[in-house]
Amino acid sequence: MIEPAHLSERALRRSLSHLDALESESVFIMREVAAEFERPVLLFSGGKDSIVLLRIAEKAFRPARFPFPLMHVDTGHNFSEVLDFRDRRVAELNERLIVASVQESIDKGRVAEELGNPSRNRLQTTTLLDAILEHRFDAVFGGARRDEEKARAKERVFSLRDEFGQWEPKAQRPELWNLFNGRLRRGQHMRVFPISNWTEMDVWQYIEREGVEVPSIYFAHERPVFRRDNMWLSTSEFLPNGPDEAVESMIVRYRTVGDMTCTGAVNSTAASVAEIIAEVAAARITERGATRADDAFSETSMEDRKREGYF
Amino acid sequence: MDLLRFSTAGSVDDGKSTLIGRLLFDSKGIFEDQLAAIEQTSRRRGYSQVDLALLTDGLRAEREQGITIDVAYRYFATPKRKFIIADTPGHVQYTRNMVTGASTADLAIVLVDARKGVLEQSRRHAFIASLLGIPHLVVAVNKMDLVGYDEAVYDAIQQEFADWASRLDVHDIAFIPISALHGDNVVQRSLAMPWYQGPSLLYHLEHVYIGSDRNLIDVRFPVQWIVRPQTEAHHDYRGYAGQVAAGVFKKGDEVVVLPSGHRTRIKRLETMDGEVETAMPPLSVTMLLEDELDISRGDMICRPHNQPAVTQDFEAMVCWMADAPLRAGSRYSLKHTTRSVKAVVDDLRYRMDVNTLHRDEGAAELGLNEIGRVRIRTSTPLLLDKYELSRTTGGFILIDETTLDTVGAGMVVRAGPPQEVPEPEDASESAADVAAA
Ligand SMILES: Nc1nc2c(ncn2[C@@H]2O[C@H](COP(=O)(O)OP(=O)(O)O)[C@@H](O)[C@H]2O)c(=O)[nH]1
Repeated sequence: MIEPAHLSERALRRSLSHLDALESESVFIMREVAAEFERPVLLFSGGKDSIVLLRIAEKAFRPARFPFPLMHVDTGHNFSEVLDFRDRRVAELNERLIVASVQESIDKGRVAEELGNPSRNRLQTTTLLDAILEHRFDAVFGGARRDEEKARAKERVFSLRDEFGQWEPKAQRPELWNLFNGRLRRGQHMRVFPISNWTEMDVWQYIEREGVEVPSIYFAHERPVFRRDNMWLSTSEFLPNGPDEAVESMIVRYRTVGDMTCTGAVNSTAASVAEIIAEVAAARITERGATRADDAFSETSMEDRKREGYF
Repeated sequence: MDLLRFSTAGSVDDGKSTLIGRLLFDSKGIFEDQLAAIEQTSRRRGYSQVDLALLTDGLRAEREQGITIDVAYRYFATPKRKFIIADTPGHVQYTRNMVTGASTADLAIVLVDARKGVLEQSRRHAFIASLLGIPHLVVAVNKMDLVGYDEAVYDAIQQEFADWASRLDVHDIAFIPISALHGDNVVQRSLAMPWYQGPSLLYHLEHVYIGSDRNLIDVRFPVQWIVRPQTEAHHDYRGYAGQVAAGVFKKGDEVVVLPSGHRTRIKRLETMDGEVETAMPPLSVTMLLEDELDISRGDMICRPHNQPAVTQDFEAMVCWMADAPLRAGSRYSLKHTTRSVKAVVDDLRYRMDVNTLHRDEGAAELGLNEIGRVRIRTSTPLLLDKYELSRTTGGFILIDETTLDTVGAGMVVRAGPPQEVPEPEDASESAADVAAA
């Protein structure tokens, strides 16, 4: 095709940066959902991926408010820095936050903690599905990315779930161009992943470009940790160290934020987003491999959990 | 740094997984823990070296059957570009996945096994790439090591493939002799093939010029969402949000809103980061207009002198993606840009044999993975361009009203009822028609 002459080379180049292209695609997806669903909700955990989702929502809907609330599925095993950040960010944005509590699900007898496994990652699924039912949400935005894991690599941007939240990989709808099919049957809902095509690197570059705040635990800090399952875990009221697990004070940071009892810290001195980007560029271990105890169990653990309704 | 989306297709065992594994590996797109996992698996299976193909192994069902059943997306970046790979399986029965992966691709890599030459499947892959309007094609002639890196073998394949491609609508086609297993001409130029003067595959991917692939002429903006803050500060604010499909919008431009036909001017073009002077694909932008008009989602903003067809009748190539066949008289819901309507298939003009490009005009239905030309009528008008003009305003999906599944992918070949637009049968039609003539 021919390009009009009045456009400068610079203008053309600028509109082609990979972050611009990714941002525009994500904004498009959010607006599609807002237009085609009755009751969407955006999952906000305080982690970097959901921070990007919030930024995308601002880009999609400002100067108006978001046409959906935010929701945090709270395992109760939080880093206090992340909770502080969550509440501050929500207040700044002047949006509505719903907290769905795993502790409440436990208290109500909806789920039971697994013996010998302090992690509440699996329990979140029930809390999430109960909240979806209670609020009659029909579309749920999540910050999952396809580069995270091989089951995700095959998941659609619009991921259809049955009433148990289950993902059926063989029954996925083809997804062509930017034409998303959001049609639902009674009881079904859609999980929507606007940043499917972003990598960990893209996320950090975008955070740097946009100058958005992230919780302080992403940056190097001193913390008492002990070694378990090949990871550095933080001591906390939820996770006491065992008798032969020595606690050391180390300079660490987190690459993901999640349930404190199964999220590992990495040795790092990265104190700024720019330093994190340099570290990610050099990193030789995936973020899940480095920091999630529960993904390592089996080659298919993520696929199994997704089939059960996990994100 | 910009973004290149490409799809890969090849028949089983042509070496597609090995090639992708190598691209990821050599560009450091894979990590130690992933490598450790495939090393372990390779050892368990008794392989003599690490099988890079395992990197792209996906779901359990696939591992059990040893095949790829679905489109998988992979990511890697070099200092020049970020790449998104739509990795699609090559079996005949997965045409639908290939079409899906191709729909957003800037470039397609078709793998050919040097020992086997140009097979029916290679031709099918090239056809689908051209049907879906992928601007750049790369034919990677793989396993050159198994034919002694012989130039004559490569030349013969190139010749045969080029002959076939000349019948298709492919503008840019590159041939590269490689060995995915040994890495020849994948990232580095191969020393084993001094007779080959061209770039390595990765170099080509990094440098192929995609800046002019966007249509910057035919100005199209499908209205996606209306921003209405209804606050004190933004009392009368009414912004039309969407992604520019084609063309360049400028502040002050005279525009026409379809289907109403009302004209006005662009008052402002906004993003959250402030006002912009121009907006072009793929920017998502919010448009404020001089006049208060009644505009809703599904409308389209264009320039007065260059408008899409406003029509309820059109013809399209359709790739069928469901078990229940498409037949004349079938009804579906149809999504085109941000507009959803009811549609009925008036006529199945022909079914195309994707391997020979033969048209079967007597066909009564389109089955799963079949491609054909249909005439469609819709309940309300669509704002249509030919697919070759713009993928966004010329592409659509069909949705089954009972299963709610996406059952068909369509590419507009002719907008408007046939009797009113008597075009010569082959002159301006799609690749498929030209090729079949
Ligand atoms: N000798 C040789 N073998 C190759 C080459 N590329 C792939 N192979 C082998 O061909 C077989 C099929 O490759 P694979 O990547 O799994 O093919 P796919 O089915 O297209 O993904 C494997 O045994 C590979 O090791 C090559 O360039 N040379």
